[in-house]
Amino acid sequence: MPGEFNNTMFTPHTKQDEQEMLDVIGVSSVKELLNKIPADLLYPNYNLPAALTEQNLTAHMHALAAKNKPLKNFIGAGMYRHFIPAAVPALSGRGEFLTAYTPYQAEASQGTLQTIYEFQSCMCALFDMDVATASHYDGATALAEAVLACVRVTGRNEVLIPAALHPHYKEVLKTYLRHAKDVQLTEVKFAAQGTLDANDLTEKLSDKTACFVLSQPNFLGALEDAQKVSALVHKQGALLVAQVNPLSLGLLQTPGSYEADFAVAEGQPLGNPVSFGGPGLGIMTAKKAYMRQLPGRIVGVAKDKNGQRAFVLTLQAREQHIRREKAASNICSNEAICALNAVIYLTLLGPQGLKEVAELNVERAHELAEKLSAVKGFSLKFTAPFFNEFVVTCPTNAQTVADKLAQKNIGAGYALGNSFPGMENDLLVCATELNTPQDMAAYVSALKEI
Amino acid sequence: MENLLSIEKSKPGRRGVRFEQAKKHDYLPQDCLRTSAPKLPEMSEFDTVRHFTRLSQENYSLDGEFYPLGSCTMKYNPKAYDVLSVLEPFTHAHPFAPESAVQGTLQIMYELQELLKEITGLAAFTLQPAAGAHGELTGILTVRAYHDAHKNSSRCEVIVPDTAHGTNPATANMAGYTVVNIKSAADGCVDKAALQAALSDKTAAVMLTVPNTVGLFEKDIREIADMVHKAGALLYMDGANFNALIGLAKPADFGVDVMHLNLHKTFAAPHGGGGPGSGPVGAAKHVAPFLPKPIVEKKGEVYTLHGKMPQSLGKMKAFYGNIAVVLRGYCYLRQFDAATLKNIAEKAILNANYVRAKLKGKFNAFFDVNCMHECVLSIDPHKMNGVHTADVAKRLLDYGFYAPTIYFPLIVPEALMIEPTETESKEMLDAFVGALEKIYDEIFANPQLVHDAPHTQPVSRIDEVAAARQPNLRW
Repeated sequence: MPGEFNNTMFTPHTKQDEQEMLDVIGVSSVKELLNKIPADLLYPNYNLPAALTEQNLTAHMHALAAKNKPLKNFIGAGMYRHFIPAAVPALSGRGEFLTAYTPYQAEASQGTLQTIYEFQSCMCALFDMDVATASHYDGATALAEAVLACVRVTGRNEVLIPAALHPHYKEVLKTYLRHAKDVQLTEVKFAAQGTLDANDLTEKLSDKTACFVLSQPNFLGALEDAQKVSALVHKQGALLVAQVNPLSLGLLQTPGSYEADFAVAEGQPLGNPVSFGGPGLGIMTAKKAYMRQLPGRIVGVAKDKNGQRAFVLTLQAREQHIRREKAASNICSNEAICALNAVIYLTLLGPQGLKEVAELNVERAHELAEKLSAVKGFSLKFTAPFFNEFVVTCPTNAQTVADKLAQKNIGAGYALGNSFPGMENDLLVCATELNTPQDMAAYVSALKEI
Repeated sequence: MENLLSIEKSKPGRRGVRFEQAKKHDYLPQDCLRTSAPKLPEMSEFDTVRHFTRLSQENYSLDGEFYPLGSCTMKYNPKAYDVLSVLEPFTHAHPFAPESAVQGTLQIMYELQELLKEITGLAAFTLQPAAGAHGELTGILTVRAYHDAHKNSSRCEVIVPDTAHGTNPATANMAGYTVVNIKSAADGCVDKAALQAALSDKTAAVMLTVPNTVGLFEKDIREIADMVHKAGALLYMDGANFNALIGLAKPADFGVDVMHLNLHKTFAAPHGGGGPGSGPVGAAKHVAPFLPKPIVEKKGEVYTLHGKMPQSLGKMKAFYGNIAVVLRGYCYLRQFDAATLKNIAEKAILNANYVRAKLKGKFNAFFDVNCMHECVLSIDPHKMNGVHTADVAKRLLDYGFYAPTIYFPLIVPEALMIEPTETESKEMLDAFVGALEKIYDEIFANPQLVHDAPHTQPVSRIDEVAAARQPNLRW
């Protein structure tokens, strides 16, 4: 019979197994079990390619991989290439972690549950915040969910975001907020030095403002005066949502230190590859007061019958499987393996390793900024301090510059004209610990040749 | 023995990785810097490896144990995909890299879109959603964008049957809709009269899981689709259970307008202890323009993200989707042709019915009819010596099996929802049934043994209520 047993590698049933099972069920064929499906809907024609053996699939995937070109990469813009110690994927790739489900049966899932508790703890320590969730899809959706929580908490309906917020985050916020009742999204301008226009912020803040989103560093790489922003926001009774680069917190001031109410991040820089933009790792942290407003899974410490420490999914009364349409969010699966990568990464680095890598990022970025701005016609756009990313103004269209450097296998940066009208000549450039002095020299000489 | 936390093993001065030292430390003004070090563990690499290896061993997992979690499709995750989805050119591809440098990744995305279109019959697919629930939200916002474009913004209700996953009503609420719950008929399928009564010119969509969560195919699906369409609403299909239909039937033929799939269920990507997943959303032709942007297009021999989608609902997440998971789903669909996919669905159905038939008499299905890929049992504590579903679930752990989904769907009292999937052998199913039969005997011979389960796990039964009352969520 065509197709009946042409691939016994995935289903283990022998013909004899199948017959014995059908006998137990009391039917003569599997088709008999499908009698609820109208006959004319059953077995349509499929136009699918021929099945590949594992060997041929392997060759096929390697051939496709070879169509991706390796670049000397100086592109950041929300996803950052960093060194990932070998122990990270070696541990998170263990089948015991990788092929488990969300830990519903806590007694048989203590491994996953304890790693999530350690992840939440590391996030609280890094961000200097009170509570953290088990994870969200990515930085953008974590931000959207935090903003929705602020609207719920304050009962106010105006949300202020910086113009210098990641353009994809803005789009995701628009999507998520569009249908929340009457919420209005307003942008706050940035000033000539690359940071927030404090006057514009002051003007737009009011007693209707639910929250302001502080992007630190902002999408243009600039570090904001977070204390000052926080004071302005809180003076109006609004909440402060910080959106940060978690790797920078090895060195930079924490959201907790400037009294952020919620702090979110794209956690990819912590031990996860860029993978063409996904999976990411949405980090969400908050002050304790908002613990029961948090969306998504949270793990807590419990005791078992014998009084021994154990870990469980907790505060589940917030969640969709209990509250259904009244839940804080519909989130169910999150990014557990990415969170596991992050906690293994942080455990390996410790506070000292994290500080070192953060300092190295600062140094590489500042060295590169100096070198690029020394090329004739190129200059630094802003004067504000920066972490590992900055804006270079080119003598010509930045996309054209990026395209030309791509031909030399250099990923020059993100051309800001794509999302910031009027910034057509500006290039957002990133350097991390992975960008060697040799790569930087290659970048500079390529720039000189255009 | 209690497992220590990493922070409890930490000793100042230890570390697992070191980096080159920066030459200078004064690039940034002092007031930008953090003033105290974060309380992260300080451990050697070896200690870290031991710590997480030890923790992994405290988990039941699909690789180690039968994991019959209903509605979760815990099928084997082929090792080849673990390797092929993390080839360096894929993991190093930057989402803002020039398209000429990421043609391999874009080609895979394009081809997966095409493959998903073919197996569902739908006109377009987006790979952007990061999980099943995210796919639902994407789908319902697509519905919303469709109605808005047709000046139908007075449609403010979404109809959800009482068998639905909790994510369905939560999704509709997040999309700004009022949820209208309808009761199921006595046979576990949609009650058409109740549906007809709920449908009106306020209905935006009806969300249906097919097969539904009691493991049954909605026999009247086409009639339902007609009713929904006649009312001017759209039919959303939750495809979490699509493993029962792959290679057997195409949702577009049912009249489905929008649906999501779970690459981490039907398409053999691992669940990762709770993600990352991937929840592609497909749409029929009239709804396709409203999907999130961008979708990968093929222009000549070049793959590009730069299609124009003026009516798109916007973006659901940053960038383009969980690409590492997308790569696994692509591997799966390239390794199996149409005949194999049909065999896969049929074996999933065979396995579920075999378990149902074998258990009959001791543990009965709530709806005593042939099921699709999962069977839902119901336990009556009055007839079971006071033993509840949770007790049976915990006792199964002692026999080396993960527990089925319990207490869901809500319309089944004391539900025990078993989805074996096609990759389990008859021997494994016999062993599982054997364990449940032994538990049945224990219920009458020694109920305390079942009440007190589990007895073999790293911890015994956990007090979840106390944990929620006094939350300890971090060190």
